Amino acid sequence: MNFQIATLLGQDGLTNGAIYALLALSILLVFTVTRILLIPLGEFVTFGALTMAAMQMGKAPNIEWLLLGLALIDCALDLYQYLKHRAESKKLKVIALKLSYVAIMIGLLNQLPLSEIPMALQVVLTLCLIVPIGPIMYRLFFQPLAEAPALVLLIVSIALHVSMVGIGLLLFGPEGARTEPFSDSNFRLGSVMLKSQTLWVILVSIVLIVTLFIAFERTLYGKALRATAVNRMGARLQGISPIFAGKATFALAAFIGSASGILIAPITTLYYDSGFIISLKGFVGAIIGGLVSYPLAAFGAIAVGMIEAFSMFWASSYKEIIVFTLIIPFLIWRSMNSHNVEDEE
Amino acid sequence: MTPKKVISTLFLSSILLTPMAHADIKIGVVSSSTGPIALVGIPQKNTVPLLPTSVGGEKISYITLDDGSDPTATVKAFKKLIDEEKVDAIIGPSGSGNAMGVIQFVAESGTPMLAPVGTAAVVLPMTEQKKWVFKTTQNDDLIADALVDYMKATGVKSIGLIGTADPYGENWSKVMEDLTQDAGIEIVANEKFQRQDTSVTGQSLKVLLANPDAVLIAAPGSSSVMPQTTLKDQGYGGKIYQTHGAALDPFLRLGGKAVEGTILAASSMLVLDEVPSSDSKDIATKYITDYKALHGEIPATFGGNVLDAGLLLENAIPKALRSGKPGSAEFRSALRDALENTKEMPATQGVYNMTPEDHSGFDERGRVLITVKDGKWTLLK
Repeated sequence: MNFQIATLLGQDGLTNGAIYALLALSILLVFTVTRILLIPLGEFVTFGALTMAAMQMGKAPNIEWLLLGLALIDCALDLYQYLKHRAESKKLKVIALKLSYVAIMIGLLNQLPLSEIPMALQVVLTLCLIVPIGPIMYRLFFQPLAEAPALVLLIVSIALHVSMVGIGLLLFGPEGARTEPFSDSNFRLGSVMLKSQTLWVILVSIVLIVTLFIAFERTLYGKALRATAVNRMGARLQGISPIFAGKATFALAAFIGSASGILIAPITTLYYDSGFIISLKGFVGAIIGGLVSYPLAAFGAIAVGMIEAFSMFWASSYKEIIVFTLIIPFLIWRSMNSHNVEDEE
Repeated sequence: MTPKKVISTLFLSSILLTPMAHADIKIGVVSSSTGPIALVGIPQKNTVPLLPTSVGGEKISYITLDDGSDPTATVKAFKKLIDEEKVDAIIGPSGSGNAMGVIQFVAESGTPMLAPVGTAAVVLPMTEQKKWVFKTTQNDDLIADALVDYMKATGVKSIGLIGTADPYGENWSKVMEDLTQDAGIEIVANEKFQRQDTSVTGQSLKVLLANPDAVLIAAPGSSSVMPQTTLKDQGYGGKIYQTHGAALDPFLRLGGKAVEGTILAASSMLVLDEVPSSDSKDIATKYITDYKALHGEIPATFGGNVLDAGLLLENAIPKALRSGKPGSAEFRSALRDALENTKEMPATQGVYNMTPEDHSGFDERGRVLITVKDGKWTLLK
């Protein structure tokens, strides 16, 4: 172990840690606002990466059909409610808007020369495809049981994860995929080689975290979400729609998940089922933050990345064991230090 | 009992009894077309429509089940095939661990099992139970033997191993330890990683520090790519060897320039155009053409392993038919004996010569040395 190896491993740990931190933050966000442990978050990571990879191979990614299917069910439900309750005609406009969005996306995917368009556009297209799946998922699977106990929500979340892994296999096939790096250049910092993708990952993560922070501190919508996280009933009495809060957090989670996937796709091979392990490590970070504290969760996630990198050097066979065993001392420590009253249910 | 009930009872029981009336030969196929080893299982499942449909005037019907890569589900699928469907033989499962778990059940019921799995542990060391198992892939040591010979010939003195932390990688490190000792090659680093790992920087650095003449990566499917690209990124200059687990086209696509010059040993299916013509070549060429016509893509070698299982059965069934009717214990037992006596039978992966000790039956005709040149598989000369 010398300085150069330590920096290489540190760089690696920081890259993975940054991704885990992003995921830990979205797990935390979704949990505090909706009480749902978002286990399918990892699937958004793989969907993002694999959609991007499919585009770079010049194929229209099959995920468009998933989006179409979910949007159709969503609109059918909306229409049913409209007819049943004779709601305001605004609802019809919303349905038309949703359907035309999906139609435009599918049209774009099948008309554009996907492998030749600039990478920035590919990223935007990927995000436009995957982010809407988040809120639709909330609408279809969680909104009807928003008042259910946390355990029921967890079970639905697990079911959703399992079916999304299956859908991932169907849409993307069993083979791993990898995408082109954002740029080919490497940087030299003293004697250490820095990969440009690493810088991209860290930079984008920081920008995302700062943007989220500002959004939650300064904007009305951000404050509304925070209020819901603090006290759901109180927020509702203040006129904050829990449905809106749920959809917004799911959209954010889908956005962060797929963005993470796009970020790491050039440095690693991702499979349709890789997402779970990645989000699980983010979850370990969130646990270190006690599922309440954002800075602690981010710090914990980066620690997970670092420990992972160094244990892979010293004891590669036991890497996974070391990382996940980490959760035990933290759980003991937290349970000894906090005297939480059981949740309101 | 009312007349109505009598009729419905009769009707129901007639439905239940009909399958028994057929005297077809029934073959069960268990593959992992979903779950972590779907990469292996999907081409295997897709090969089933290409298996022989009749032999010696008897129709063969196939019952395909998916075990979702889960060993418990494999056991359930096998029990269902054996107890309810009363199959005459079973092809499958896809995974090494899954196969180890069902040997006991096929032996108890006396059903021949043709396993298209990687690990030699299903047929070695031969036991009373494993008598019922035949393996349609090259044993790891056959492949490793070719690699070690080549290493020795090119003057490699030390190697580093990077393998997956699963039965595939474990078995390879065991096989390599034995073979390299005899060849006078030293293993200076032996690192493990998980298939889904997002980074192998640490393992690769460790290998790099030991500075071996060559590195062997033992990982199934696309997971074999990342160690190699990482090693290249970190400036490793020696030769990199791969196992037959890497012998898939996604390996070339994912690896790009980093896998140029890789050396591996695998069945000749990858470089069919370059190998001299033989019966194996004709069978493999036909298989690839048929598969492409049916599914629109070139099959992975894993599919060839299932086709071979079908061909072995086709070869053995006429002999077994003399001893008993399909569906009877005598037939299954005769089928096993006939399989064990397979001699000089060419198939996609090579030529099979089964003996009571060797239930895999390959010799050096079952593998060739292959390298990657200009982004294509090429025969190593």
